Amino acid sequence: MTVDMSQFYEVFFEEAAEHLASMEGLLLKLDIDAPDADELNAIFRAAHSIKGGSGTFGFTDMTGVTHILENLLDKIRKGELALRQEMIDVFLEAGDVLKAQLDAHRSGGESVDEARIASVCAVLAKMTSEETAPATSSTPRQNAAPSADKTRFHLAFKRVAKSKLENLLRELAENGDLKVQEESGNEHLSLMFDTTMSETDLLELIQYVVSLKQVVLATGEIDPAEFARDAFGFFEGNPGAPEAPLVAEEDDGFGLFVSPAELKSQQEADDGFGLFEDAPGTEQIKQVEATADAAPIKPAAPTPKSTAAAPANTEGASIRVSVEKVDQLINLVGELVITQAMLAQTTANVDPTLYEVLLNSVAQLERNTRDLQESVMSIRMMPISFVFSRFPRVVRDVANKLGKQVELRTIGEGTELDKGLIEKIADPLTHLVRNSLDHGIESPEKRIAAGKDPKGTLTLRASHQGGNIVIEVSDDGGGLSRERILAKAKEKGIPVSDSMTDQEVWLLIFAPGFSTAEVVTDVSGRGVGMDVVKRNIEGMGGRVELDSKTGTGTTVTIRLPLTLAILDGMSVAVGNEVFIIPLNYIIESLQPAEHDVKTVASEGRVVNVRGEYLPLMAVHSLFNIKPKTTDPSKGILVIIESDGNKAALLVDELVGQHQVVIKSLETNFRKVRGISAATIMGDGKVALILDMVALVRMARK
Amino acid sequence: MAKTILAVDDSASIRQMVAFTLKGAGYEVVEAVDGEDGLNKAKSKPFNLVLTDQNMPKMDGITLIKSLRAIPQYKSTPILVLTTEAGDTMKSQGKAAGATGWLVKPFDPQKLMDVVKKVIG
Repeated sequence: MTVDMSQFYEVFFEEAAEHLASMEGLLLKLDIDAPDADELNAIFRAAHSIKGGSGTFGFTDMTGVTHILENLLDKIRKGELALRQEMIDVFLEAGDVLKAQLDAHRSGGESVDEARIASVCAVLAKMTSEETAPATSSTPRQNAAPSADKTRFHLAFKRVAKSKLENLLRELAENGDLKVQEESGNEHLSLMFDTTMSETDLLELIQYVVSLKQVVLATGEIDPAEFARDAFGFFEGNPGAPEAPLVAEEDDGFGLFVSPAELKSQQEADDGFGLFEDAPGTEQIKQVEATADAAPIKPAAPTPKSTAAAPANTEGASIRVSVEKVDQLINLVGELVITQAMLAQTTANVDPTLYEVLLNSVAQLERNTRDLQESVMSIRMMPISFVFSRFPRVVRDVANKLGKQVELRTIGEGTELDKGLIEKIADPLTHLVRNSLDHGIESPEKRIAAGKDPKGTLTLRASHQGGNIVIEVSDDGGGLSRERILAKAKEKGIPVSDSMTDQEVWLLIFAPGFSTAEVVTDVSGRGVGMDVVKRNIEGMGGRVELDSKTGTGTTVTIRLPLTLAILDGMSVAVGNEVFIIPLNYIIESLQPAEHDVKTVASEGRVVNVRGEYLPLMAVHSLFNIKPKTTDPSKGILVIIESDGNKAALLVDELVGQHQVVIKSLETNFRKVRGISAATIMGDGKVALILDMVALVRMARK
Repeated sequence: MAKTILAVDDSASIRQMVAFTLKGAGYEVVEAVDGEDGLNKAKSKPFNLVLTDQNMPKMDGITLIKSLRAIPQYKSTPILVLTTEAGDTMKSQGKAAGATGWLVKPFDPQKLMDVVKKVIG
């Protein structure tokens, strides 16, 4: 039976990715001066598992890296080497390399930077070989104790597939000087290898790629005759058998500890495993061998029935489903919601006394539909820890680079939001975090001078507020400087006045191309600034707010809708058309007095709302519709706000408040100016959703 | 009557591979995610063979073997250590703990099957 290993790849990829993530998390938490033994063990195990898996499933490049990584980790956990900051850095880098290798295997590409792998391996190997000479001398082999000098090994391979050999040679080259002596075709190769590795380590490395049967390793010249005869002889030191080579078949990591009498029957044993002599359990083997076929084994015979009752794998509690399937489900539920709305609208006109049962059923349907919708939406919900988890690393790297001390605190990691939003929020959040680290939190000296703890705190907080999710990025740094922002704004030609409120001043940093950093660093301040963050978040239907207090810190608050698929909207009528205005942009609706509406010469109209003049936009003229009225004092003005700017929209009347299912206009038709999407109303008609950001911008022009 | 095997490994991919291979060869396989889980499952029902990893959270392979050997029912059940370390230290530890034998990772499914067949038929 041949087993197709590729069926296990996906599990391995997932598992390795999890191991890498947990390794990174643990590394970042590690206290360098007093590392926790359990954590070190856990890190070691993660590397070890990746090594075991990658070796088994044939991803030998990853095996090579994890092998060297594991060696160093092993020394640290055994206390043979002291943990240092540089080591953590290298471990993290090695983790990144492994991640890249993993991704390359996953996507089937071959895009891992060889030089990067080599340099990480070289640093790891160098750290491992530091001052460890006495530590490994306990190994009974004569060459095992690595001196500070390199040991020369002679290696000969036979019948090794070319691809494997190339892989192996690359691994070896990373660990020492390699000199090919003879290449006699037929996949035979002998070479000289100078390395600081111990023989044990070398063998371990080699056996991950090729079977030890295919290689001869010696510290002296290899006798060609020996190679021709058989390819083992380095596992002689059998701990259980001082006399006589009891374990003649032992090689390739498979061995049996058997009594001499058993030797014969064991001699045909295959390579790759071993039994301990007279160890419990071996009698059974004798039995097996005597009876050849499956005979009843033990008095305590297994009861096959109970196998079925054996506890199921704990991982069976969840299933993996493709996102498309979930999206399709959400789409269908959306259609169902629309159908339900149609039904509700139709039945609204029937006689309740005659159709009581029907009306009850429709009400029941509405409840069920809403529950179903909520449950289906919750499938796409993911905890925000998926995004937050990347920040310990970001904060650490950036803080190190800037020479700042920063502690990251995350609150509300379990807060859930739509998967689509999770993916989109990652970049803006990273930008905000980098900004806080770069411009917000001061250097330790400045902080001490200001009487603060030299270690700054960066807090990421997520929570639900109504139908929104609120994410805060706050730091306890120097805060924004009003003077500097105003000066910068003047320099950039942005109209400002000294009488602006703080809130208005802070909003200036969201203006395109605005950067207050005195020196542009490579961490942030590359011109693509807060304006991009703001645009991205508004693209998700969210809003950004900023609050800052000089000397005590800055907080950026992001408000996002829980999901991208449903929107709370106000439906308004203009002529025979119905439009939807997203509810979170609406401030108020009013009917102005005639004298409050003024016409500015050839610039359109403005409306005076309690002393504030707002630009007035008539929806009917925007979309060329024949309205019921063009007179603002007879229609309704909806005051909307976006980017801190307000505008008044003139509509005929307000129809009602709905939850609408968003249907993309771009995928079904094309992008239309002033329209963000469409939806289907209860009566089956299509209503367009107005794009508030675009409308306000148009109004201010 | 199919023989039952307990496969103990913290790596899901290895576990799956081992289970798939052995089930394909007609054995019943119960998986355990670490030494502790393995011990509990071993206590709940008898097995013909135990395959265990060495490096695992909660309880490592050597401890598991020692604990199993302390149970009368498992006094002579074959136990194989699946290990990435083929060093003498591991071997003497394994032997001392009472393991029947060892199998070095990485191994291919065929080798696993051959070894298991050899041990329990």
